[in-house]
Amino acid sequence: MKHVISIMVENRPGVLARVIGLISGRGYNIDSLNVAPTQDVTTSRITMTVPGDDRVLEQVTKQLNKLVDVIKVFDLTERKYIDRELALVKVFSSTKNRSAVIELAALCRAEIVAVQNKAMIIQMVGATDAVDNFLELIKPHGIVDVSRTGVIAMGKAEG
Amino acid sequence: MRTGVECLMDGLKKAGVQIIFGLPGGSVLDIFNGLYNAAFEFVLARHEQGATHMADGYARATGRVGCCLVTSGPGATNAVTGLGTAYMDSIPLVCISGQVPTHMIGNDAFQEADTTGITRPVTKHNYLVRNVDDLPRIIAEAFYIASTGKPGPVLVDIPKDVQRGSTAAPSPNEVKIRSYNPTTEGHPRQIEKLAEAINKAKKPLLYVGGGAIAANAAAEVTQLARKAKIPVTTTLLGLGAFPETDALALRMLGMHGSVTANYATHHCDLLVSVGARFDDRVTGKIAEFAPHAKIAHIDIDPSAISKSVPVDIPVVGDVKQVLKVLLPLVESKERAEWLAQIQEWKQKHPFVYDQDESKLMPQYVIEQIYALTKGDAIIVTEVGQHQMWSAQYYKYTKPRTFISSGGLGTMGFGLPAAIGAQFGRPDKIVVDISGDGSAQMNFQELVVAVEHKVPIKVVILNNGYLGMVRQWQEMFYKRQYSATCLGQTARGKNEKIKDRPGTPYLPDFVKLAEAHGALGLRAKTRAAVVPMLAKAFEADGPAVVECLVEPEANVFPMVPAGASLTEMIQSMA
Repeated sequence: MKHVISIMVENRPGVLARVIGLISGRGYNIDSLNVAPTQDVTTSRITMTVPGDDRVLEQVTKQLNKLVDVIKVFDLTERKYIDRELALVKVFSSTKNRSAVIELAALCRAEIVAVQNKAMIIQMVGATDAVDNFLELIKPHGIVDVSRTGVIAMGKAEG
Repeated sequence: MRTGVECLMDGLKKAGVQIIFGLPGGSVLDIFNGLYNAAFEFVLARHEQGATHMADGYARATGRVGCCLVTSGPGATNAVTGLGTAYMDSIPLVCISGQVPTHMIGNDAFQEADTTGITRPVTKHNYLVRNVDDLPRIIAEAFYIASTGKPGPVLVDIPKDVQRGSTAAPSPNEVKIRSYNPTTEGHPRQIEKLAEAINKAKKPLLYVGGGAIAANAAAEVTQLARKAKIPVTTTLLGLGAFPETDALALRMLGMHGSVTANYATHHCDLLVSVGARFDDRVTGKIAEFAPHAKIAHIDIDPSAISKSVPVDIPVVGDVKQVLKVLLPLVESKERAEWLAQIQEWKQKHPFVYDQDESKLMPQYVIEQIYALTKGDAIIVTEVGQHQMWSAQYYKYTKPRTFISSGGLGTMGFGLPAAIGAQFGRPDKIVVDISGDGSAQMNFQELVVAVEHKVPIKVVILNNGYLGMVRQWQEMFYKRQYSATCLGQTARGKNEKIKDRPGTPYLPDFVKLAEAHGALGLRAKTRAAVVPMLAKAFEADGPAVVECLVEPEANVFPMVPAGASLTEMIQSMA
């Protein structure tokens, strides 16, 4: 099962390396990773998705909590949360398929952010499934490149 | 304004450092210049690994934070084994390393290494000090982190320009780190649950580890055992947390533990881990570990709970504090039946070895060390067969009197650790029990003992083999002694050594000791053991006693790796 882990850390050099090193050093894999400062510039939030059973993940979160620079660890999978990711997709498009691509983007609520002679760049925001689905649908038009942010997430509990 | 070096000196002083072990180099010239007239005793090791083990031995023997100082690049990489050793056994150390100037970091400068990157997995925490303004805070934090919660080594990497820089930042009087707040008080409800379980249990067992010693909780462990009549087994690192001369003591458990301890673990109905982490050398096959028992675990480290063995009653907290709350809740009991069963096992299955008087058995040497020191020495060991015999044939009655690399299993740890221990405990006889394999790692540090008149005694049980590996080869690899023979005969075909009849064994440990300025003695027979040991122990300075022991003696009992604790092999037959 895939777990979404949200980690509040001190915004200092080397902290990300500590977190990643801890996980890779124990032979666990990271599916996606995202890191950026929060509203408080001295803290950063790392969001990652890690595959593994509950026992493995319990050990991962405990070990993460032990790191001196880690302020708090949440395994969001255990609670209600919203997750999103953003993908930029460059798709071949000529006069022949342009309207089909535009139509598909509109249907999936994706946004066209750049139009070039032979390609378009489309921005798709959504839960991982929705992004996967969109990429699947657009594939026949010829994907040149994809860049995904990886999951970011937020628990729904108020306050 | 103070320079970086001045901030460091003030910080070390504030942290209560009395002695520093280390070796200078280009990137720490400024620090050593600052040390020249400082109040700290400085001990010049001959290898950075030796320096870290000295600081480690000092910390284990005294309970204070050990401090070592090394240069950049190779100085720091040489310290890695020492840091890893301390990390695995949760020993509080602060290692200061020099680093190339900040503007040269990442340029492959001379003696540059990514020290914080390399040491990240073997330290509790580490720092690269980028700005001299941060240095006073970081030094204070380093000692705080090393010594609180689950203790461990902390490394502070200080670039040369930071050492030379100046700052108005004061050395803090207290440390507060928002992201670091170890739980020391156990949850009261959990402690109550544990007390209820102990009161209800018919066959409880205390399984005591290094955490009890780290927490200075030996007195509380002893009170608990005696009040509730609970037998006690300890791990290797827990030796000394409970007097092994007590009727309730079952000695060590696990791979080379006593039969009684392993039977008791198998048959108990409540197993209470007191600062022990269910290491694989203790549990054997997890699925068959303590199959009839409810399992309770007191540990300061939440991640140790249910890591390998599922725990029914976890109590996260400092062992001493938890036991203090637990003690009044526990009822006095007799448990006659359980204790009678244990007594029976004990009588039936003591540690045994070949008593043929024509042989010099290694176990005999340890028994004689025990007798001569009246059980009151600090025993330090290297790693291997001699380490296990030291655990089996010497009875430890006080905490911090058995010092050994348990987790990492570092050969070459003992001699420098013994030096560090003796610096911390000048009142004690400190004996490093060694094998001929381990003795050849870090022997150079013996000059430090000679120079400082630190009278450690090194007893080398020379069997001519890397004995523990040879034992495994004998038992599990059809006696193919591949690369375990340290003598020059009987080597495998692929080790192309021509027989040299004049010197079948190298080195000559007696001459080696003498070359280092120490007394060197050799016992070739059983009868010579006591006189030679006595001579060494009576000598003013450091002494080395080489005992030419039976070459193929084995450590028994033995639970093969991955087997259940009841599947003990008790002899080669």
